[in-house]
Amino acid sequence: MSIHSIVLTKGVPDFREGQVSFDEDGHLERGKTPTVMNPNDEHALHAALQTKVRHGGRVSVMSMGPPGYGDVLKEAMKSVYADDLYLLSDRELAASDTWATAITLATGLEKLGVPDLVFAGFKTADGETGHTGPQTCWALDLPMITHVISLDVDEEERTVRAQRLVEGDVEEVETVETELPAFVVADPEFEASYRTAGEQLALKDLHEQTTERAREHEQHLTTWDHADLNLDPDYIGLDGSPTIVSSVDPIPKPPAEREATMVDPTDERGMSEVFEEMQPLAAGGD
Amino acid sequence: MTDEYEHYEAVVVGAGPGGAAAAAKLADEGIETLVVERGVDAGAKNVSGGLIYAEESAPYTIDDLFPGFREEAAERPITEYYIQNIAGEMVKEYDLTSLHEHDTEWSDAVLRRRMDSWLADRVHECTRETGGGLLTGIRANGLLREDGEIVGVTCDEIDPIRADLIVAADGVNSELARDAGLMDWEEPEEWFQGVKATVDMPDVDDRFGIGPEEGVAHLFSGDLFEGVRGGGFLYTNTDSLSIGAVFHLDSLVEEQAEPHELLDALLTHPLLAQWLGEEYNEVEYSAKLVPDSKKVAHTSPHEGRLVLVGDAAGQMQAQGPIIKGMNHAVTAGALAAEAFATAKRRDNPGSAGERYERKLKESGTMSKLRPKRYERMRPVGEREGTTDAVDRLLASPVGRIGIKAMDTVGLVERLYSSPFMSMSIPDTQTPYVTLPAIIAEELGSPVRDRSTIDPPSLEERIGDLTYDTDVGNPHIRLRDDSVEASGAAVSACPVSATGFGGGCYREETIQTNGTTKQVVSLDTQPCVECGTCAVVADTEWEHPRGDKGVEFKQG
Ligand SMILES: Cc1cc2nc3c(=O)[nH]c(=O)nc-3n(C[C@H](O)[C@H](O)[C@H](O)COP(=O)(O)OP(=O)(O)OC[C@H]3O[C@@H](n4cnc5c(N)ncnc54)[C@H](O)[C@@H]3O)c2cc1C
Ligand SMILES: Cc1cc2nc3c(=O)[nH]c(=O)nc-3n(C[C@H](O)[C@H](O)[C@H](O)COP(=O)(O)OP(=O)(O)OC[C@H]3O[C@@H](n4cnc5c(N)ncnc54)[C@H](O)[C@@H]3O)c2cc1C
Ligand code: SF4
Repeated sequence: MSIHSIVLTKGVPDFREGQVSFDEDGHLERGKTPTVMNPNDEHALHAALQTKVRHGGRVSVMSMGPPGYGDVLKEAMKSVYADDLYLLSDRELAASDTWATAITLATGLEKLGVPDLVFAGFKTADGETGHTGPQTCWALDLPMITHVISLDVDEEERTVRAQRLVEGDVEEVETVETELPAFVVADPEFEASYRTAGEQLALKDLHEQTTERAREHEQHLTTWDHADLNLDPDYIGLDGSPTIVSSVDPIPKPPAEREATMVDPTDERGMSEVFEEMQPLAAGGD
Repeated sequence: MTDEYEHYEAVVVGAGPGGAAAAAKLADEGIETLVVERGVDAGAKNVSGGLIYAEESAPYTIDDLFPGFREEAAERPITEYYIQNIAGEMVKEYDLTSLHEHDTEWSDAVLRRRMDSWLADRVHECTRETGGGLLTGIRANGLLREDGEIVGVTCDEIDPIRADLIVAADGVNSELARDAGLMDWEEPEEWFQGVKATVDMPDVDDRFGIGPEEGVAHLFSGDLFEGVRGGGFLYTNTDSLSIGAVFHLDSLVEEQAEPHELLDALLTHPLLAQWLGEEYNEVEYSAKLVPDSKKVAHTSPHEGRLVLVGDAAGQMQAQGPIIKGMNHAVTAGALAAEAFATAKRRDNPGSAGERYERKLKESGTMSKLRPKRYERMRPVGEREGTTDAVDRLLASPVGRIGIKAMDTVGLVERLYSSPFMSMSIPDTQTPYVTLPAIIAEELGSPVRDRSTIDPPSLEERIGDLTYDTDVGNPHIRLRDDSVEASGAAVSACPVSATGFGGGCYREETIQTNGTTKQVVSLDTQPCVECGTCAVVADTEWEHPRGDKGVEFKQG
């Protein structure tokens, strides 16, 4: 027996310092900012990897986005030794909201054949709605477990048992069980665990096989457009998106709570005033 | 219950030469073998001088078990071998190539990171075929017992593992050997401490006047280590040098010497200026305890399903100036594997330990590790009275004339070159310090070069090492922080020094109820896991968990 998992992942701007670039008005410059795999999806990928290491089978990764997401998929392949990659990419899909994204992803999953487990991340670093997973699940009509921090699959019984954070609360954990196929949203607290030598060896095998495979990831990448998916352009992309973003307001910076005086460190008088001000603090006062 | 744990026919702890050899041989016998190694990579924790020998008389050599070893994992063959007797700036060189070649099929200089990780790749390949494999980053932290019997190992990172054979190839500070009660960390006189600097040198061939398939070893003895018993070495690698020294731990403690300073004394000796020149680029400072097989090689290194191989069993032979640990670890590892394979075929896997012990004897390995001649000479040779008398005689005009006379007929060099002599050399001041110094004074000539190099400070050396510190989880704890119990570690620890605050051990003055007290404090962050303080201080000593702690890039 073996388990087939599909992980949904999205490319997002690399928000890490040194990578991300904003224009004068504080708008993200997408052209200058590299696209990377959504950091939260790492947990979904690791949940799928753990399932493969323990039960064998296959991990596929699927993303909807521009052709440039191919690199994101390659990254996913390398990090969790994925077997095959699917990219749903088409001009008609552009400007999808979470609804249209979910419809498209669900169609892609159905075309592939609904796997034993679908994994999604918690939220993306840019959209941050956290809707896409649950909506895709709804479209597929699968049982869903969100905020999952650990999971076990029973192949014989065809069930999955998971520990999840109640209301996303780190303190409160509940254990739930459902039948396969199922949809799992991995929480950022998810931790894969490989407690036996056998699992660690299987992981090492996967690593060795994948180094080679990731180098030629394009051979394992399938791209589908709306025609391949047999999707009506009226129900996808901009036209299929009920959400209307009427305007985007920058969030104003909170005003500083205290007043600050700038002192040039070479200004002796200014500096001695600073020290004087600080003296009561040094003496233990407030 | 331990039944539900994973089971392998054999589990090997440690992927140094001993563990690698055992695993390769076990796999060759078709035995399902799991190897666990605590380093991020095999070799990341290991240090040797290192000349690895393939002895003609040994039942197994590393290239028997790992074809291609010399071409792919070693640095250079060592084709010239000298000893330098030193007294101040007087030096007398003897050519010991014949001693080096005695019973030697070949001998190569190695760097352990490169060597061990190459071996580990081969080991993983062959053990994987048996259903096992090699895992790094996993530390065994004890023996798994059932009704008092050893049935496996427990680890920090994974669940316990049951096995029919447990090979402790976990090196000089073997936690498994200590858990089994087979080895201890009690007596400083049973151990050496080795310290070493790996020095970058892209033009080794030119500096030593050798071809790419040639290499040189120089040994150093005499008065350059402030009276500490020990010897120095310099070995040529492909494009670096290994320069270091091995000291008797008891002598180091007695003299309260700082190992890094003794190493500097060697590095800055004018004799080395001819090779080091003016540019000195030290790429790594390292240290490790070394067992003295004459005293600690266990004559019955097994207990139930557990066998000890290599340094874990004290199988490290200091044959006069020649250090042979890696080759014996290889032999022992393969013999242990062979013993288990036979035992299994006879349907009596429990007899593996006994068979291994017998093989160590029958192959002549044990008599190299614990030479009879040494045991016979020791009571006489190491008595204080004898040492004093011999030292005085040597230093007297009569002794000096004798040495000169012997030298004119080539006797001194011949004596040095005698494998039998070197096996029975007593552990006293005489052979390490007195004799070489007198030889140098009487027969040597002054070195003309001047050393201009300035080795890095201890702080810089620590700063250059790579650590993955296990924050908040120190692997060594002081049981007794009094100066009497643990003060010796302040100077003997290779990364600590008296008056230096950035090391592991330091002395501190604390105030309690108005009285001041000197205590020893410990910060394991810069620890290189050498094991010295396990012997010279009162500690609870463990290795860090897998992947954590120091990571040597050269070794
Ligand atoms: C300010 C803003 C304005 C937008 N305006 C519009 C608009 O006007 N019209 C419009 O149609 N869209 C718009 N979008 C884009 C769109 O709503 C989302 O980017 C997209 O649907 C995914 O939602 P999310 O980023 O919130 O992901 P989440 O719902 O937070 O993502 C959860 C998980 O779902 C999965 N997932 C999400 N997206 C994908 C994907 N593309 N492929 C595969 N898996 C995925 C991942 O596993 C992810 O971890 C806008 C987005 C933003 C941020
Ligand atoms: C400065 C110096 C110079 C030397 N010069 C020479 C020389 O020139 N020639 C020579 O032959 N020998 C020399 N030696 C000795 C030689 O290095 C050793 O004898 C040899 O390495 C022993 O091999 P081994 O396989 O028994 O142990 P090691 O090589 O020490 O290997 C033990 C392995 O076990 C791993 N390990 C330890 N504990 C655990 C655990 N709990 N769980 C998992 N893994 C663990 C370690 O990380 C390591 O990889 C020298 C030693 C020193 C320090
Ligand atoms: S703390 Fe102990 S084990 Fe660590 S380097 Fe110092 S003496 Fe060696």
